[in-house]
Amino acid sequence: MRITVASGKGGTGKTTVAVNLALACSDEHPIQFLDCDVEEPNAHLFLEPSTERRRSVEKLLPRIDPDLCDSCGACSQACEFNAIAVLGGTGLVYDELCHGCGLCRMVCPKEAIREIPHELGVIESGIARGFPFAQGVLNIGEAMATPIIHELKKEAETGRLVIVDAPPGTGCPAIAAIHGSDLALLVTEPTPFGLHDLKAAVGVSRAVGVPAAVVINRDGIGDDRVERYCEDEGIPVLLKISFDREIASLCAQGKPLVDSMPSWRNRYRELHHQMLEVVS
Amino acid sequence: MSSVLFLSGKGGTGKTTLAGAFAALSKEKILVDCDVDAANLHLLLEPSIVEQGEYEGSKTAVKNDDRCTACNRCREVCRFNAIGEDLSIDEYLCEGCGACAFACPAKAIELVPRVSGTWMIAETRLGPLASAELDPGEETSGKLVMHVKQKANALSEKLKIDRLVIDGAPGIGCPVIASVSGVDAVVLVTEPTLSGLHDLRRILDVVKHFDIPAHLVINKADLSPDVTERIRSFAEQNQLPVLGEIPFDRRVTEAMVEGRSIVEDDRSAASEAIEGIFERCAKGGIL
Repeated sequence: MRITVASGKGGTGKTTVAVNLALACSDEHPIQFLDCDVEEPNAHLFLEPSTERRRSVEKLLPRIDPDLCDSCGACSQACEFNAIAVLGGTGLVYDELCHGCGLCRMVCPKEAIREIPHELGVIESGIARGFPFAQGVLNIGEAMATPIIHELKKEAETGRLVIVDAPPGTGCPAIAAIHGSDLALLVTEPTPFGLHDLKAAVGVSRAVGVPAAVVINRDGIGDDRVERYCEDEGIPVLLKISFDREIASLCAQGKPLVDSMPSWRNRYRELHHQMLEVVS
Repeated sequence: MSSVLFLSGKGGTGKTTLAGAFAALSKEKILVDCDVDAANLHLLLEPSIVEQGEYEGSKTAVKNDDRCTACNRCREVCRFNAIGEDLSIDEYLCEGCGACAFACPAKAIELVPRVSGTWMIAETRLGPLASAELDPGEETSGKLVMHVKQKANALSEKLKIDRLVIDGAPGIGCPVIASVSGVDAVVLVTEPTLSGLHDLRRILDVVKHFDIPAHLVINKADLSPDVTERIRSFAEQNQLPVLGEIPFDRRVTEAMVEGRSIVEDDRSAASEAIEGIFERCAKGGIL
């Protein structure tokens, strides 16, 4: 079973919810945590995992042999990402635009193209609080987060409740994280921004056919339009977390709520049971 | 031309709140929303759309099953796992590279253009706005961001307005990199949480990587004085000028609920702090 904690809007509390859910469930179930927010992975700040293995995630970049290239332009014409230009009698590759699909190499009639691996980021895996933990980390200056997310999801072990912390947004990294999950747990806040982006996140989960449920964080700071929207759309609101300076302060210092406020452990367990009902 | 872009690494730190406030405080300017995944700036502006269009930023592979001989070549060459065991193409995994179409001996696959979002130009009470909304699950957010910036630049030439206030996306990847290129200054908005500080380090590295001058604003600074102090020393060590600190203020959300920027409301602790930040930006030639 895989549950992805996601949101359209950033900063709504995805990581807080994912971490507390993991800790509350870990007494009763074998769990695993995957931090798929590879641009800004934060769960490690709360869970302090060990790093036992580190592996590189790469894309393949074309390199053109100028001695073999007769500047026919086939590679440049074939590339859908405008990543190759023919200049000065040979092809010039724009590495940052290349998706590493390998089509240029396939179309080159002179077999002048070979491919070299280029690191996009790393996957670090280890143990946190007694359960397996892995995170992806995108290298600075790299644009492509999705290959790391796809690679990270391969770490998921069968027989475990896998909790995935997703990146914000509605684009390809968010899709990559949610795709194939049993449930998207969408964390939002009761504000116009929260509502607008929740609608987008619901759109994403529907597009990939993953059922959605909602957690309203910082309840009380805004209005009731999020709840009314969920009611109209038939999306279950499974948990509301009131805005509270003490909670905000614990989160700020990287302290999981369930450790310092035991009542929250039960509330998160209850959240888990409700999620099981939604899935079944 | 002067353009300032709000970024944060971590989401929800207050980029749009600040961009909205700058929209209200700055005189002649064009507003640009480069967070095409979760565009929110318009929610403060009551926009009326002047012009809009679909954006076809990518292609997707479509297979003609009558022609397919199930030879499996497409699946072998696809590096994005977009072709399943039954040789169906998953449109959300397909990157539109065309390797499968090239490899198919039966010519059963073609690439077709794919609408990935909608761009728009709108009039608002605070000035013209260029923005876009990505369709759910599309993968061209970087390209759509570039497209919005082109629209904003064209608008800037047409209206002879050379000041751009740009709201950015969270993260450090594709859409952020697309938004950073060519701007004159970046204002990083952080909050005093360990996540905020962690993500600030990474976004600052990205902004430095592209050699753009960066400035810092610490939002909700009183929520965790210890972490605020750590952010201040981080900024000092990294020669990152601090434009100001904004206290946590419920009025910010209240103004948002009413569809206004905080500085358009009655004076509050947050609005005063933001006005100070704006003045320092103006004096420092940042905007």
